[in-house]
Parts: sequence; structure tokens; C-alpha cells
Amino acid sequence: MTREPARGRLAREYLAGLLTAAPVGVAAMPIGLVFGALAVDKGLSPLEVALMSFFVFAGASQFVAVDMWTSPAPWLLLGVTAFTVNLRHVMMGASIGRHFQHFGPIERYAYLYFMTDEVWAFSEKRALEQPLYPAYFAGIATLLSVSWTGWSTAGAILGTSLHKPERFGFDFIFTALFIGLVVSFWRGPRTGIVIGSSVLTAIVAHETLDGPWYILIGGIAGTIAGALFMASEEPRGQ
Amino acid sequence: MTIDTANLLAIFAMAVATYITRIAGVVLLRYVTLTPRIRSALDALPVAVLTAVITPVMFLTGPAETLAGLITALAAFRLPLLGVLAVGAASIVCLRLLIG
Repeated sequence: MTREPARGRLAREYLAGLLTAAPVGVAAMPIGLVFGALAVDKGLSPLEVALMSFFVFAGASQFVAVDMWTSPAPWLLLGVTAFTVNLRHVMMGASIGRHFQHFGPIERYAYLYFMTDEVWAFSEKRALEQPLYPAYFAGIATLLSVSWTGWSTAGAILGTSLHKPERFGFDFIFTALFIGLVVSFWRGPRTGIVIGSSVLTAIVAHETLDGPWYILIGGIAGTIAGALFMASEEPRGQ
Repeated sequence: MTIDTANLLAIFAMAVATYITRIAGVVLLRYVTLTPRIRSALDALPVAVLTAVITPVMFLTGPAETLAGLITALAAFRLPLLGVLAVGAASIVCLRLLIG
């Protein structure tokens, strides 16, 4: 590592990222354990589970993939499915990219590898309050990458002894986590309109279309609603 | 510990597909001018996407999930994230016992 003049600041930012993400590291335990157990049920080995969690690093799409896993693995179908489930990343990247002033032009593509929903949501929130530094992003990413890979591998090793996760409400933790993240973005009634538009369109899309399109359609509808409402409400001075 | 070639290929395909989605937005941003309207759209985006992801579980699964989701949302206005997760898990367990 090269010596930076602002090393103390770097360490502080990194630590702040780790601490911010710590609750999600805890949430990753039940989710990861359940995922690992499901994957082993479908014929994946613990090592393969570890590789998938580290290299794909996208919980929702991994659950969908494992659900449709057969032997031999239909790799093209799984790749295309991961692509569609994760299409929301395109919108997320366009949004967070606006706050990458402190990220190098090449460096940012390395950081983007770690852009999960949670890493992104925390970074967006940080950018609302102060400049977003790579060290902060790296702190969140480290904690999530290690905990997600670790817990899902543990789930794969423990395997079927973990059946019936719903007894402990484990299957709802992912939803609770996202609810907490959504509320952390609450800025008054305007946010309610965005949420309402997203929910309604996602419901319609989920009931009429096969596959994960409801995520993209709900996301786009909520985004448009936010843009329209904000434009008619007030000319924002920034 | 074993590694199956087809499994490895599938994991690789998923990883590449996912990485493409992660960088595509930033690449696109280089060719788009950020008007105020696009800017406010992008500001609304986090809430819109996160909401859409959980909509089926929260509103299309059953009364227990919907109610637990609303309780969790109320808790989220008061509690730190870890407390929110605890409330979420506790309320879904209780509500499933009570109303299935």
C-alpha cells in the first residue's frame, strides 16, 4: 500500500463503514444459513456455495438460482436469470455513480463489484449527508462479503439440520432488513407516494408476468412517481 | 469437498451476468446529461427499488406477513436497524402462530 497523507481519515471512514454495516452482518446469519442449507439440498457442495456467495455476491438472485438448480446445472439459464433478477443494479449504479467523485476512473469498477442492495443503500444514505469516500464503501463491502460468504458456507456445512427456518422467523429477516432500509430513506409524504406507486405496480407485475420483472417495473414506476411529484412540488435549489 | 464442472460454469455465468448489471449504470451515466428531473428521479430510486423487491412477500403472501411488515415499518421509525430485525422476526413468529 502506498502511504497516504490522510491515513487517519481513511481508517476512520473504513471503520465507519464497518460499523454501519454491522447490523446487516448479523442479519446475514439467518439468511446465509438458510441459503447454504437450501443449496446443499440441491446438490451443491459447501465449497461451491462459498464460491457462489463470494463471486456472485447477490443474495436474492442466489436464492432464485438455487430454487431452479438441477444436475447438470443449466448454466445459460442460470446466468440469464441472475441477469434479470439483478437488472435493478443498473438503476442503482446510475444513481450511486453521481456520488463517485472521490473514486478513481478505473477504481470505481472494482468497487462496483461489491454493490449489493445493502452496500448501495448505505452509500446512498451516506452521500445525502457527506461526501462518499471509497474507504467507507470498502468498510461496508468487507463486512458484507465476509459475513455473507461465511454464513452461507456455514449453512452449507450444517445443511439439513437447519430445516424449518420459519420457526424462528428467519425467512422474514430479509424483508425486515429491506423495510428498515426503506424507512431510513423516509423524507415525508413524497416518499409515501414513491412507496405506494412501487407497491401497486409491483403487485400488478408480479401477478401478470412470470419471473422477477416486478422488481424492475415497480422500481421504474416508483422512480417516475418521485420525479413527477418532486417536479410539481418545488423547484429544488441544490 | 467437490467441484462439479457444470456447477462451476453456472456460478461463473451468474457472476459475470451480475457484474455486468453492477457496472452498466455507471457506464450509462457517462452518456446521459443529468437534468433536474432525472436527478430527482434518481433520488427517488432507492426507495422505489427496495420497496419493489419486498412487495410480494409483504403484500401477496398472507395477512401475517402484511401485518408483521407494517409493525416492522413502524418500529423502523424508532429503532436502530438491529432492533428492527428483532421486531420483524418476533412479530412474524407471533402472527403466524395467531393467524397462520
